[in-house]
Parts: sequence; C-alpha cells; structure tokens
Amino acid sequence: MPKLNVNGKLLDYAADDGTPLLWVLREQLGLTGTKYGCGIAQCGACTVHIDGVAVRSCVMPASAMTDKQKITTIEGVSADGSHPVQRAWQALDVPQCGFCQSGMIMAATALIKDKPNPTDKDIDEVMTNICRCGTYNRVRTAIHTAAKEMAAAKTGAAPKKVAELGKSIMNIEHVAGGQA
Amino acid sequence: MNTSIEPKKASRRTFLKGSAATTAGLVIGFHVPFLNRQAIAQGLTASIAPEVNAWVVVQPDDKIVIRIARSEMGQGTLTGLAQMVAEELECDWAKVSTEYPTPGQNLARQRVWGDFSTGGSRGIRGSQDNVRKGGAAARMVLIQAAADEWKVPVAECTVARGVITHGPSKRTTTYGKVANAAAKLTPPKDVPLKDPKDWKVIGKRLARLDTVEKTTGKQIYGMDLKLPGMLNAAVKDSPVFGGKVKSVDDAAVLKRPGVVKVLRVGDSAVAVVADTWWRAKTALDALKIEWDEGPNAKASSASFAATLKAGLDAKDTVIGNSVGDAPAAIASAARKIEAVYSYPHQNHACMETMNATVKWTPEKCEVWVPTQNGEAALAAAAEASGLPPAQCEVYKIHLGGGFGRRGATDYVRQAVAIAKQMPGTPIKMIWSREEDMAQGRFHPVTQCKLVAGLDDKGEITGLHMRISGQSILAGVRPQSIRDGKDPVVFQGLDATGPESAIGYTFPTLLVDHAMRNPSTPVGFWRGVNLNQNAIYLESFIDEIAVATKQEPLALRRKLMKNHPKHLAVLNAVAEKIGYDKPAPAGVFRGLAQTMGFGSYVAACAEVSVSKDGVLKIHRIVAATDCGNAVNPQQIEAQVEGSFVYGLSAALYQECTVKDGRIEQTNFADYPTLKLADMPKVETVIVASGGFWGGVGEPTIAVAAPAVLNAIFAATGKRIRDLPLKNHSLKA
Repeated sequence: MPKLNVNGKLLDYAADDGTPLLWVLREQLGLTGTKYGCGIAQCGACTVHIDGVAVRSCVMPASAMTDKQKITTIEGVSADGSHPVQRAWQALDVPQCGFCQSGMIMAATALIKDKPNPTDKDIDEVMTNICRCGTYNRVRTAIHTAAKEMAAAKTGAAPKKVAELGKSIMNIEHVAGGQA
Repeated sequence: MNTSIEPKKASRRTFLKGSAATTAGLVIGFHVPFLNRQAIAQGLTASIAPEVNAWVVVQPDDKIVIRIARSEMGQGTLTGLAQMVAEELECDWAKVSTEYPTPGQNLARQRVWGDFSTGGSRGIRGSQDNVRKGGAAARMVLIQAAADEWKVPVAECTVARGVITHGPSKRTTTYGKVANAAAKLTPPKDVPLKDPKDWKVIGKRLARLDTVEKTTGKQIYGMDLKLPGMLNAAVKDSPVFGGKVKSVDDAAVLKRPGVVKVLRVGDSAVAVVADTWWRAKTALDALKIEWDEGPNAKASSASFAATLKAGLDAKDTVIGNSVGDAPAAIASAARKIEAVYSYPHQNHACMETMNATVKWTPEKCEVWVPTQNGEAALAAAAEASGLPPAQCEVYKIHLGGGFGRRGATDYVRQAVAIAKQMPGTPIKMIWSREEDMAQGRFHPVTQCKLVAGLDDKGEITGLHMRISGQSILAGVRPQSIRDGKDPVVFQGLDATGPESAIGYTFPTLLVDHAMRNPSTPVGFWRGVNLNQNAIYLESFIDEIAVATKQEPLALRRKLMKNHPKHLAVLNAVAEKIGYDKPAPAGVFRGLAQTMGFGSYVAACAEVSVSKDGVLKIHRIVAATDCGNAVNPQQIEAQVEGSFVYGLSAALYQECTVKDGRIEQTNFADYPTLKLADMPKVETVIVASGGFWGGVGEPTIAVAAPAVLNAIFAATGKRIRDLPLKNHSLKA
C-alpha cells in the first residue's frame, strides 16, 4: 500500500493513479481542512506544503509523491492553532466565510519562512489565493503582524497574546472564553 | 441506465477499505436537534439544559447558548445577533456560544424563531426586535426565579454579567443556578428594551465567535461532512437552460472502480454515485451524455442584448418612480444629454461550490446543507422527497460563501432526488467548479437609457431612466409580480421609504422598466439591482456634471439638499479623503453615493491610469450610515469585502452565453480581484441611530461607479458597459 508522510505521520492510502493529493487528503485521510475550490490551481484553497514549499494540491497527483516528501496541511501547522500566523489571523479576525483561509494561511506561512520580513510587494506576488468575501487587506496586515511576532520570538521575546495583538493593531476586543 | 439499488460488490469493498482509513474524518450523529460546531465535532447535542426561552439556554455551569436563526456565511451575523441577545440578557460575553435551531423545529414550534432566510442584508435588521426581546425576556424570568427562591420582590434584584444580586440582603446567585426554575415560569408579556444609550455589548468591536476554527481547518463546511455509510455524487445538468437528457451510455463508466450507480436526476440531469467524490467526478466527466437542447439551443448574449436594446424604446413599461412630466420637460428642454449603459450576467462563484448531503428513507428525509434559507430548503426537501415537511429535517451547515446563491434551493432538490433513488444511504452531492459556473442563478442582465433635459443655464429640468431587462422576481418568485411590476428592479431609485430611496431631487423624473427575460436563470446576487442602478445613475450624474461644467461633488450636493442622510455620508467621504485639496499628482478621484438595504453609502476612489492603460486603484474611502452599528469592526470587514466583490465584477466578471450555454467554466476565465489589486480601504461608520440598516450589500453598489468616475477623470473615457476588461484605457 502506498504511503504519504503527512503532518509527521506515515499514512497508508488507497487511490487510483492520478488522484490529486487534495482528494487523497480529504477523502482517504480525513483531512478536510484543505479545500476544493477550482481543481485547476487557480484559487489556492487547496494549498499545502511539500517540504516547506506551498503547493496547490488539486493538481498534484498523490502517486507522484514519495513517503520521504513531508506534507504539511492546515491541521499540521500547529496542534492548537497557536502558530504565529494562525494567532495573527485570530487577532485580526481575518476570516469571513473562512473557506479560503486554510490555503491563505498555508501560503502565508511558506512566504514568511522564505522571506522572514516580507514587503508588501512580496505579499502581492505570493498571495495569489482567491477570497470571494474580500479579506485581502486583513490578510496583508496579519502577514506583517505574524512576521514581526516571529522575528521578535527569535530574539527571545515572549509572544504577544491574541487579545493584545487584536487590540493594539485593529482595536478588536477579544473576550476570554466565548465559542473558541 | 443502471437501476440496481445494490452497490456493486467490488465497489463496496473498495469503499469500506477507504472508509476504514478515514479515522481522522468527521462522523456526525443523525439525530442532532441543534447544531453548533462542537456538536458536529462530537456528535453531541450542545443544549443539555432546558431552554430559558427559544433564544437562550443557560447551562448549570453558567455557560450561555444563544440560538441563531439566520445563517452565518462570513458576514458576521452570528456574532452580531449573539451580541444583541447578550445585550438584553446581561450575561457574561465570555461564556457565550451559539447554535442553530433547525427549520423543522421552527415549523413544529409555530415559527418561534421567525424567518430563517438570510439575504437582502436582513440578518441583523430583520431580527433585531425578535432577538433583543428574546434576550430581555430570558433575563426577566431568570431574575424572577431568583427573587422567587429568595422570596423577595423582583424590584430589589439586579443582574450584571449573569450574576443576580438581591440588594438589601447582598445575596447573590447565578443564571446557571436558577435556569431550571426560570424555564418553568410564564414568559413576560411586556418586554421593554434598553435605551440605545445604555448599550454595552451592541456597538462594541468584539472579536467574532467563529474565527479560531477557521484558522485551524476544523470548521466544518457542507463539503466536509462525512456520515456513516455515505457515498458521494457528482452531477451534471443540461448545459443549455431548458434542455433535457436524451440518452446516457454508462456501460464503460459502470466498470470503473468505486462507481456504484449512474442515475437520472429529473429529466435534465445525470449523476454518478461512487465511493469517493473524485471517482464520481471523473466517471461523470467520462460519461457519454446526449442532450436534447430544447428551445434555447441558439440563445446567445448577442440575442439577449438585441432584445434588451429594443426594450429601451418600447411602450410596454411599468413605472417605478415618477415626479411631474419628465418626458414633456425633456422634450421641451433647451438641451438634452443621453447615454446608454449595460450590465452583464455574473455568477456568485462562492468559494465552496454548491453541495448537499441527504439521507432518504420512506419514512424520513434528512438534509445537511449550507443554505441561506433553511426553511426554503426544508420546503424543497419535502417537495423533492415526496414526504410531508414534518417527516423532513434540514441541518444547516456553515456556508463557504453565499452571496445570494445559497438562497436558492435547486441543488437541495437535486441532492434529494439522488438520495431518493438510493434509500437508506446518505449521499453527499458536490458540484464541480465547472458545474457551479454552468448552473448559476445569474445576476440579471439589464440595459439603461438615461436622458436628461437641461435648461439654457444647464440646470436639469427632467431625467428619464429607462431600464430594460431581466426581472429576478419573474424568475424566482413570479407570484410576487403585481401588475407586471417587479419592485426590486428599482432598487435605489424609489421615491421614498426606509429601504432604497433615491438621494436626488429632480424637477421631473421618470424611472420605468421594460421587462425582458432571457433564458438564463436569474438570482439575487450580492447587492442585487442596486449594483447596476448605482452605476447607471452615478455615472450619468457625472456625465451631466461634465456636460454642464460643474464639479461632480458640487452638483451632487445641489441635487441632494432634500436628502440629508444621503448627503451626510457623501460629505463624510469628501472630508475623509480631503476632497477640498487636490489628489496627488497623476491620481484622479471619482465619487458615488446610493441608498439600499436600509443603509446610506458613499465612496470616493483615487485611481491612476498609465499611458499603457494600466489601472491602479490607490485608495478608497467609504462611508456607511446603517443607523445602529452593532459591531463596527465587522462592518469594516463587510465594507472592505464589498469592494472586492463589487470591483471583481466591475473589472473582470461577465458570464456570456453562446449556443444556449454559459461560456465561462472556472476562475481562469472568470477572474476575481486578488490581493495585489486590492486598494487601501478606509471605512467611515456614520451610525446616525434611530434605524437599522444592512451592511453586507449596499457598499458594493458604490464600488464600481466611484472607480468608473475616477477612470473618466483620469482618461476622459466613459465606460458604459461592463466589465472593464473589455475596454482599453490606453491613452
């Protein structure tokens, strides 16, 4: 049985040749955080990392992958939503419907890994994911916020709380508890 | 056609093997009375305590569950509605979560939650009275229960953040401790609401209640559902509207691994059911289907345009707004200005394609669906299943975008029709993006001829707006057409009223409509008819300003004297952008204002156009007066998003028809605005109070005309038909 290395685990799967990685993740491995939006690598909702590089999984055949290639999906970004990119997203209430946001976050984490202090131009070039709700401006702000947080963490600074980031950057009030 | 109900053995084995590997997948229970995300995730009912009333459940640990009748599709209504209940309930916001009552429960309880439909930017404004009274009534019985227990007058008790205090004795208790007793009390008849000046939760920039799961992949959308024993369906409807299936050759496809069944859906569609959706979809792509294309086989955008053009001078019209005798005033005017505009079909293109999951048995039909209208989905399920509504149930699942598309129930009917042919097996039907593009409920096509009469000083003596084209109501609710009139056609052009009144006073005015309905199915598309009506009127006001050598803001102010609320948002925009000072070198401004969905909106765009014709939108200032602003940071999110939706349409999007079918198939030929194109948006919330206006849609209408007017200022080119991609802005 073929295997995929997903979020640090070697997982068996059964799929016909040519089945895109997206549908193996969603239908065989139950990882539904990665979304189907277009099937032709236009919208980016299906973005995952393969060895740290953002890839649109809807056009990547699973059978072309070896079990040495490390796949990271949104479920593997952190165990509890605490990755600095996720925390910036939460702080600024970036998602609206949210359907594109897994792909946005995967594209953003790959960008910051590649360019720890991305310029607006870097963001323009890399963040080509489609969002129909129109969250782009908050996506941009959240990427800058996360990049700053990650740079600060490298100097040993303690991470800022989600509530603190939300309040200071966009005057959003996070109340502890709630539905989260 | 395979009519066997039994799945093929080989396929079944493959499926079981496949499903055994899906231990990480989500399995939800079948009889969940209320659904929230935790309930879905755990297969549990969230409401373990008895309800205080229909809107509020208080658990013994003081956790508050607020029931939400409207659908959350990104617009933030779930959080806003919870804020309004919590305001009156005086509970601790940190303890609040939400859940959806089902349409079946609403039916069984004489619609205690009112209307479920979520469209027309009505989520907040259509619910505010209901939900605030629900919160207040719950607070009253909770305090009463505490007073009864202490045997003290209720007037001596107060509450703050869910803690009830008896003033004289300083005794305290909590909502959680008295909730059971409160649930048994008779609800109060007279439920006074707070004075808005005392609001503490309404008006706060609170974080949304549904954000975290959307950053971790845990939020479940309709497409992500997995039920025990579920199979997947892909479907293809006649690409020509009104066409039928003539024949299907399924012999080869039925041999494919995992394929369980090929079946007809009504007389116009074919579905493949397989163990996985990918197998169903690829099998469907390989299926040989012959279509009877029917009467619309030769329909085209060009034929629609010719029909609409004829309507611009037709006599069979209905009047939307009339002041004095505009045709006479124009006929005798010293000078006339005339222009014809047009607006194309558009697809909503929700990020999550249409889908629904259905389990049908002869006794019960259950539907799990992302829908903007749970009650309409229930009615559709009843009709398509052949079962009475009481034997049907709809579980609303979070929507991956709606924009009006998910108010329709065509895809619910399809899924039920498929599941009905496989009794007892839950079927998840998902549309491919290509199917979603082909089977839209499209934004209506219209053209508009505007004629202004001017006197010898250049003052307007009369304006005639002739709209020719498609009626949404004629397509989706023909019973709402009275005397040939679709009032929705005139959005933003009404004489007066709280919904969508025109913001100008003309000495004479005639707005009329020649209804012309092409074969394309129409629907409510975010912003609806306000979008093109604002483009027509706001562009033409600019044309009059240019023709009479008046400054566009000054002309508007002159015409808007009797419309103070419209004028206030326009003035707010002018002030914020610094209209009294020139724009930066090479940058040009355009203005637009309108009213719709109960709110007053205006925008100013700053753009530049290079010699090569490349448009750059640098900055947008937008103002909204929605009366009461429930959650300002979410209003800002809606305003910003409205520019993405409105400018995507204005710049790029049209659905064209050739040989009876939609030509665009995916995001490659139906592009959308991306992050790199996104201008800075500065939102001014005017919130003048005293009324409740919508925020999800109105701003879309000013996005395009503000930019089009700025493009004219930059280039001298007046764009009168959209999208902009069909025009060159080259110098």
